[in-house]
Amino acid sequence: MFEMPSGAEIQSIISTLKGGAGYFIPEIYLSVLFMVLILLDLVTGKKNRGLLATATIAGLLGSVYFIFKQQTMPDVQFFFGMYALDRFGIFFKYFFVASGILAVLTTMVDDQLKKHESGMGEYYALLVAMVVGMMMMASSTDLLMMFLAMELVSLSAYAMTGYLKREPRSSEAALKYLVYGAVSSGMLLYGFSLIYGMTAETNITRISMVLAAHGYDPLVMILTVLLIMAGLGYKMGAVPFHFWSPDVYEGAPTPVTAYLSVASKAAGFAMLMRFFFVAVPHGFDMYVSPLHIDWLSILMLVSAASMIYGNVVAIWQKNVKRLLAYSSIAHAGYLLLGIITMDQLGTQAVLVYLAAYLLMNYGAFYVVILIANHTGSENLDDYKGLGKRMPLLGAALTVFLISLVGLPPTFGFIGKLMIFSALLAKGSLFMWLALIGILTSVISLYYYMLIPLNMYLRESNTPEEGVITTGMGAKIVTASLMILTLWFGLFFQPIANYAKYSTAIFGAFLN
Amino acid sequence: MLSLIVFLPIIAGLVILAVPSSQKQIIRIVSLLAALAQGVLAVLIWRQYDPTMAGIVAAPGGSPVGSFQMIERISWISLDLGSFGPLNIEYFLGVDGLSITMVLLTALISIIGVLSSWPIQKQVKGYFILYNLLSTAMMGCFVALDFFLFYVFWELMLLPMYFLIGIWGGPNREYAAIKFFLYTLFGSVFMLLVMIGLYFSVTDPLTGHHTFSLVAMADQANYIKGAILGPDSVTWRYVAFIVLFVGFAIKVPMFPFHTWLPDAHVEAPTPISVILAGVLLKLGTYGMMRINFPLFPEVYQAGLYVIGVFGAINIIYGAFCALAQQDLKKMVAYSSISHMGYVLLGLAAANTEGMIGALYQMFNHGTITAMLFLLVGVIYDRAHSRQIDKFGGLASYMPVYTGIVIVAWFASLGLPGLSGFISEALVFVGAFTAPVTRPIAMVSVLGIVFGAAYLLWSLQRMFLGKRKPDALYDLEVDADGHEHIHFHDWKGKLDLDARELTMLIPLVIIVIALGIYPMPVMGLLTASINKLVQVLAPVAMSAVH
Repeated sequence: MFEMPSGAEIQSIISTLKGGAGYFIPEIYLSVLFMVLILLDLVTGKKNRGLLATATIAGLLGSVYFIFKQQTMPDVQFFFGMYALDRFGIFFKYFFVASGILAVLTTMVDDQLKKHESGMGEYYALLVAMVVGMMMMASSTDLLMMFLAMELVSLSAYAMTGYLKREPRSSEAALKYLVYGAVSSGMLLYGFSLIYGMTAETNITRISMVLAAHGYDPLVMILTVLLIMAGLGYKMGAVPFHFWSPDVYEGAPTPVTAYLSVASKAAGFAMLMRFFFVAVPHGFDMYVSPLHIDWLSILMLVSAASMIYGNVVAIWQKNVKRLLAYSSIAHAGYLLLGIITMDQLGTQAVLVYLAAYLLMNYGAFYVVILIANHTGSENLDDYKGLGKRMPLLGAALTVFLISLVGLPPTFGFIGKLMIFSALLAKGSLFMWLALIGILTSVISLYYYMLIPLNMYLRESNTPEEGVITTGMGAKIVTASLMILTLWFGLFFQPIANYAKYSTAIFGAFLN
Repeated sequence: MLSLIVFLPIIAGLVILAVPSSQKQIIRIVSLLAALAQGVLAVLIWRQYDPTMAGIVAAPGGSPVGSFQMIERISWISLDLGSFGPLNIEYFLGVDGLSITMVLLTALISIIGVLSSWPIQKQVKGYFILYNLLSTAMMGCFVALDFFLFYVFWELMLLPMYFLIGIWGGPNREYAAIKFFLYTLFGSVFMLLVMIGLYFSVTDPLTGHHTFSLVAMADQANYIKGAILGPDSVTWRYVAFIVLFVGFAIKVPMFPFHTWLPDAHVEAPTPISVILAGVLLKLGTYGMMRINFPLFPEVYQAGLYVIGVFGAINIIYGAFCALAQQDLKKMVAYSSISHMGYVLLGLAAANTEGMIGALYQMFNHGTITAMLFLLVGVIYDRAHSRQIDKFGGLASYMPVYTGIVIVAWFASLGLPGLSGFISEALVFVGAFTAPVTRPIAMVSVLGIVFGAAYLLWSLQRMFLGKRKPDALYDLEVDADGHEHIHFHDWKGKLDLDARELTMLIPLVIIVIALGIYPMPVMGLLTASINKLVQVLAPVAMSAVH
């Protein structure tokens, strides 16, 4: 029965919350930014797009300061163990802020959104809300908090997907996303409630302790793991929870597609790592039964299926956004490889791969947007002969695609190198997965190269027009992303070291 | 010095980037200057090189860089991987007899390639940027002594090559370009896995850390017992050897992985064919000699027979295919397959003669095939066709051209006095000496006969005899009764012009000179080959285990 807490208890709760707030400053700051953006949209006139975008970027950049200040703080769990401040979370905070800034930059150049009649105030506000939600997904240590964070991300994402109200494709995408999202949230919640039923705990560290101390019914555990995997797999866009992604990616405004494919996927991975590494760290190898399936074996299958399905189906795509959607399913598969190894090196590789994916995938989408501004479509056929008409953008897109394939000297290669190193460091155990990964990346070369093939090797159907001009800002952004993709392909030491530093918190849980 | 020779072309590429694309002549001249400077550097390296030092592997307890020369070695990436110790990637360049031969060849072919690219009019800027990128990657592959660095250069070749075939190639270029790309990538992704596996299996004797250094990997004493590619992991070592071998064999190209080559050659523009046949194919056999064999000597010894058989198939199958071709360029492409078979046969002999023959054949094939493709390009420029049966009696109208064709054709079929003879003879001496390859060598000799057949037959059909009724050129008889031929819409000189002679004459000189006195090149590689044979010998291995 629920009892009214006494005054002293309330006092202590308040003081705990006050103490915790000190560790929660970036999130508080961004929530304030969210409200400021809505207010700013209200008080300024209709032609406030540039102002809002600048304010969002400035605001997000400001949060870097607060995150930086957290780096010197000790690792703590606060808010009654609901939330953690640690290096792993900080890595992802930087990651999400960077992806938020890139999302604003891509939005600024997108013609579709520029022409959107009813203003962009809510859009930028939702974008910031999503950054907060993703940060919380990466840092939550409590089942309830995890669920809330994921819902915050999902709800913002639904609205952003359907932001082009007059565009039937956009609305359709939003609805599909919502339906799939609702089902998978339900599954996740069901899984969480089963865990709670088994352990009577919601904090993941304590869940782990209870599971280790008291054991569990393997059958229930399998069900739980499958349900949770379904919820997270949806966020990560891994097979067989991928069905929403091609349609949503194609229908959503392209900047939102890029944002979803990088940031929301990364948030799913962050949560997956924290939950499974901490709460169910060693599979359940101690309970061998005929029905024995541990979460690692499930992940292996999911990973293999994602790599194969994503890469093979992408071959037949005629629309570049759809092509990149399928490729992002495949990349989820590669990323899972790093988690499967269950060790420091694999986790480090995942973070490096995510950083690479941020740069190269954003780069690719950025150029795709710039091209769509001129051709009005994302069809492969309309890319014919573009290489000559836009030398810088063409070269940059080629670099991003090469990086997505994983060829040196690009950052994407380093990501693959680290992932495969982590697999082979385990000896021949994961050789079959490495082989699938390697062979599917050869397949991926074929479809990624379809884009340069059309741009450079084929002549345009309509022999017209000279060089396509883009704004200086767009050129600078493209060139910087390209240079970073190449630079980190040759000198990846700082990022790899930082990734290692960030994964150190799992030291005790991994082998 | 080595860094300079590797990165000069890329610097030229950056300079070209700043030149407006309308200034075609400046772009060409910058590229030519870079290639010439590379040539000068190659000669300087050649003069400085001490041929008595062997390279290949570090002496036990000796310097970790072995007797390699012109070493450049700095730490490039150093990461802490926790329980796996630090990840060390080095920027490690150096030359020994294997690589200096190839460095000289690459520098030479690069200059010829630039000259041969002169007439290209389409997107000159893009072309030369990619050309220079390719040039850097090729040179880098030959001097890299860190597997990671080698791999980066190796993969870096693919993209420029794809575009050079795909944009400037013939009608079926899309197919040829992507086929080349997919085939080579398919080979090299497995190389990536083997590279990682080797990294976890080898330690640097000095530091005790894992290393990508090929010098350390070439010493079996540095392998860790129990590691995935350690000395006791027999199965995986066989698997690793085979996938590495396939990766390199695709590049050679070895039957049955050769099908990309005729397509690529037929579609590629002349200079790219020259580079492809002159240098790129050598990377396959170089990779075998530098990486594949010394790292897994026991598997190599076990597989000699198989390698030899594939060599023989290449020789004979390539010759047969060449015999059947109507397209002159396709014939030359298949002749490349046939001639690279000699290299494989020499490698299968596993003795000094065979190995020297193989490496020398790589050099000679580079120069001779470059000539062949240049000569095919000459006739294609004029007639816009390469159909052998559409020509006839060219000798009487293009005497200089025919003269050089005869030198090149005879060098290719291995006429004594020309360089190809010496290397092929050495390969056969080696192959006959070794008991394993003796029966294979007997069969392979037939290849020489077929080689003579397709070369002489094409020579006869195109250059000798009378003009064919449906020939691709017209004859005009002037008042004095002299016959003049002219090709449709060809405005230039009928016989070779100055630029074409500049490319061909040096090659003619080299082919003849090295046929008479091979020591300038052979002297470079003897010490290294001796060492390599020693490293690969079963005796050396039993000493380790």
